[in-house]
This record gives sequence, C-alpha cells and structure tokens, in this order.
Amino acid sequence: MIVNRKPLTIWERLYLPAIAGGFKVTARHLFRSLFGGKTVTMEYPEQKWAVPTDYRGAPYLVRDQDGHTKCVSCQLCEFICPPKAIKIIPPGPAGPLADRPNAEKMPLEFEINMLRCIYCGFCQEVCPEEAIFLLKDYSLTGLSREEMIYNKEKLLALGGVHGGIQKWKHKLEEAKGQGSFPVKL
Amino acid sequence: MNWNFIIFSLVKIAIVIGVVQGMVAYAVLAERKVSAWIQDRVGPNRCAPPFAKYIPVVGPALIRLGIFQPLADGLKFVLKEDFTPAGVRKVYFWLAPAIAVIPSMLVVAVIPFGSQLGHQQMVISDLNVGILYTFGIVSLGVYGIVLAGYAANSKYPFLGGIRSSAQMISYEIAMGMSVIPVLLIAGNLNLSRIIGWQAQHGWLVLYAPVSFFIFLVASFAETNRLPFDFPEAEQELVGGYHTEYSSMKFALFFLGEYSNMIASAAMMVTLFFGGWTLPFWGLDHPAATLGAGLAQILIFLVKMLLFMLLFIWVRWMWPRFRYDQLMHLGWQRFVPLALLNILVTAVVLWMRVK
Repeated sequence: MIVNRKPLTIWERLYLPAIAGGFKVTARHLFRSLFGGKTVTMEYPEQKWAVPTDYRGAPYLVRDQDGHTKCVSCQLCEFICPPKAIKIIPPGPAGPLADRPNAEKMPLEFEINMLRCIYCGFCQEVCPEEAIFLLKDYSLTGLSREEMIYNKEKLLALGGVHGGIQKWKHKLEEAKGQGSFPVKL
Repeated sequence: MNWNFIIFSLVKIAIVIGVVQGMVAYAVLAERKVSAWIQDRVGPNRCAPPFAKYIPVVGPALIRLGIFQPLADGLKFVLKEDFTPAGVRKVYFWLAPAIAVIPSMLVVAVIPFGSQLGHQQMVISDLNVGILYTFGIVSLGVYGIVLAGYAANSKYPFLGGIRSSAQMISYEIAMGMSVIPVLLIAGNLNLSRIIGWQAQHGWLVLYAPVSFFIFLVASFAETNRLPFDFPEAEQELVGGYHTEYSSMKFALFFLGEYSNMIASAAMMVTLFFGGWTLPFWGLDHPAATLGAGLAQILIFLVKMLLFMLLFIWVRWMWPRFRYDQLMHLGWQRFVPLALLNILVTAVVLWMRVK
C-alpha cells in the first residue's frame, strides 16, 4: 500500500503547531498526575498486585483438614527437584511414626532452600500425597543464606491447611469395616 | 584594592557557588520529578534520613516530594569506585571533568543576581564587557566534552565528543549573532547596564523577540539538552562522551551540564527578561532597603527557575533531532535568520536616529 504523504504547509514546517501540541499533551499529563493523582505507578510494599489464581509461588508443605502432616517422606520431590533445593531426612526404621492414621511415615526434617528454588512446580506435580503446593508467596527475603533455608515447621506453618482429598481415609474406613488395621489407628 | 572588597567578593563567590551547586542538586531532582509526572509516574518518593518522618506536618510531604533524594545521590557518587580504565589518556582523562565544570561556574561571575544589599552590588564582577566574557567562557565548555571523548580512547565517547564539538561550535555562531541586536538596542556590553536599560524602556524580549527565540534554541543546543542532546544520545552512543567515567568524575560532568543550564537560564533572564527587575511596585530601581534587595534576588531566582522548568519540560516533550537536521537548522535557518535580525534591527535604529 502506498501512503500519500501530503507535503507540509509552511505553517507546519515552522514546527510551531507541533511544539504547541507537545506542550499541551505534556502539560495535561503533568497536571493530571500532579494534582489528579492519576499515576500508573503501583507503590509496591503498600500496594500489591492481585496474584493470578494459577500463579506458581513458593512451595510450602500443607496439612490436611484434621491438622495432620500430609507428607509421607517418599522423597519423590527431592529427586525431581531440578535445582536440588529440597532436602528430606526420612525418619528411618526407629524414627517417629506419622501423625495421622494409616500413613507409614512423615519426614524427620524437610528443608527447601528458597534461594535455589526455581518455582517450576515439579514437586507439586510429582507429590502422590498432595502434600506440597506452590502457593502465592513471591517476595521471599532474608538477611542471610541460612535464613532462606526453610525447615519443616516453617514450611508447614506457611503452607497452612489444604482441604483436598484424604486418600488414605477411605482405606482406613474400609479397614475398619473389615476389622483389620494395616498400620496403626 | 582594599580588604573590604576582597572579603565581600569572597563571601559573594562562596554564596553564589553554594547556591549554584544546591540548585544543580535540586535541578536533578526536579528533572526526575517532572519527567515522572509527565509520564504519569510518581518519581523519587522514598528516600529520607531517619529523622525526616518526625518533622511535624510537612515531614511526610517532603519525603513524598523526594526532597532528600539529592543527598543520597551525592553520597552515592562520593562512595562509588573511581575507576580509570586501562588505555585511557590519563592526563586528559583527569583534566576533562574539571574543564567541563569550571567554565559554567565562571559564567555566573558576571551575572547580576540582584541590585544591592546595603552598599554591596549583587554581582561578583561588574565587568564592562560582560557579554563578551560570557561568550568567551561558554565556548571553553566544549573542550571538556571533546577532551573527555578523546581521552576515553573508546569509540562511542569519541563520537560523542566529535558530535558535541560540531554542534556547539555551530550553535555558538547563531547564539553570538542573536545577541548583537540586544547590544545595538541597549548600547552596552555591561550586563548591569543592560538591566538598567530594560528597567527604563521595558524588557528586551519585546524589542528583540527573534533574538530571544534564537538564543533560547541555541542555548538548548549549547547545554546539550534535548532535542539536541547528541553528545550523549544514549540509544546511539551508549552514554556519549562520559561513557568511561565513573564516580565523582562522572558527577562533575553532570554538575557541569546542569550549571550550564543554570548559567544560560540566568543569561536569558538578564538579557531578555529584565534580570532582577519587575516593572511594578517600584522594583525596577536598585533597592534602597534590605528587604527590597532580598525581594529582587528572589525575583531573579524565580525567573531563572521558570526557565529551568522550561528546559526540563522540553526535554520530556520532544524526540531528538536527526544529526543532519540539527546542522540544517543551525546553519541554514538560524544563522541567516540571525543575520537578517541584525540587519533589520540596525536599519530600524538608524532610521529612528535620522
């Protein structure tokens, strides 16, 4: 397509209309943001953006409706984690039992190094117990590297309760009905 | 040469330099704030020393306006590493920032920033060739930039230096010729006398509007401000002539640039807008009382600040010219226009004398 460019008139070639137009536009914006308070800036720590529903933030451990640890220390997330941010210490043969019925284990210690985490969400995807979720936290800060390694208590506290399915509950009820208890009540 | 003169001169020099430096710091802040407002942003509004929020009533407003930002900026420049790259021409590399700052400070010496306080004339040096001195000194300013570009031994600063030399020399011609009608009309080179003439006959911008227009545009080019900021066109030249500079040496270029702006604003006020005078309330005579003297200094500062605001405003309004457009405008538009202006003014004056 050929655009016909009209030759500029002498008035236009003096730049003066363009100059006046420039003054008008900039003055309008200046007064609008100075007195009308209409700025596009979001002043961050005071104002925060609405986090999208499918946002992948920091991974935290969650509890079930009854307040039990959902993690069974299977270590799948530890193995899948691309930057090796997760470190799990399983309880071992003599370690403490799970704090919920019908689960065999819970981790002795569960650490996520938030400086290494890349928020990929593999841990959430791979978790067979729906025990770890990428929640909406995005601004993790600390004064030292040690502080940025979150331990089990901190992760559970930050994760809160996630009222999803309780997949072992049905097994437990079945077992109760049959009068046999596979692990413990 | 008596002691009185020396002491008062030193005091005036100290105060003027202090005020100019302070104005530079706050011109940078104004630049950032105005640019922010024009672009619908907020601008610096956080920086504050710990005691600031305990200042009653105005404290939060001052923080919001970023009043303390220049202090932080200055501190940052002082604390940064002063790095001299390998392969620079060291003598010139160290000399250039000084040469960039000194001329713009020297120009302020001849500008009358008030009538008088007591018996002291409010001008550091009441030179009888004031304008010639100014132009002589201003044209030295280009050496700072050219030297910086050459000394850095790097291609982008070098291009910036070359551009600035061509630009500043071209526009100096138009600028110098634009002032000649002013001299013809006022009949004097002394800036105080020119102000005196304007107090009697009215501001020179009414007699020589074309001169003012050319002077205004040329001073934009002389101070390397947009739309003529070729020596430091970031998109084209990385940082321009001061790419290789850091820390206080870089700050000195900044200081020089903004002092230049202040000096040209002061020159425009003095030459075309009656300096420290106002045509009413009897403010056009040298002050008899201390209060009137201070009021006239204030008038001068306000007029100057309005021009500074114009400089800043224009920067965020227009895109940069193309280099050939700049040269075209300078040589083929302003130089003939300035010549014609001189001719017409001279003829009109001649006719009136006859």
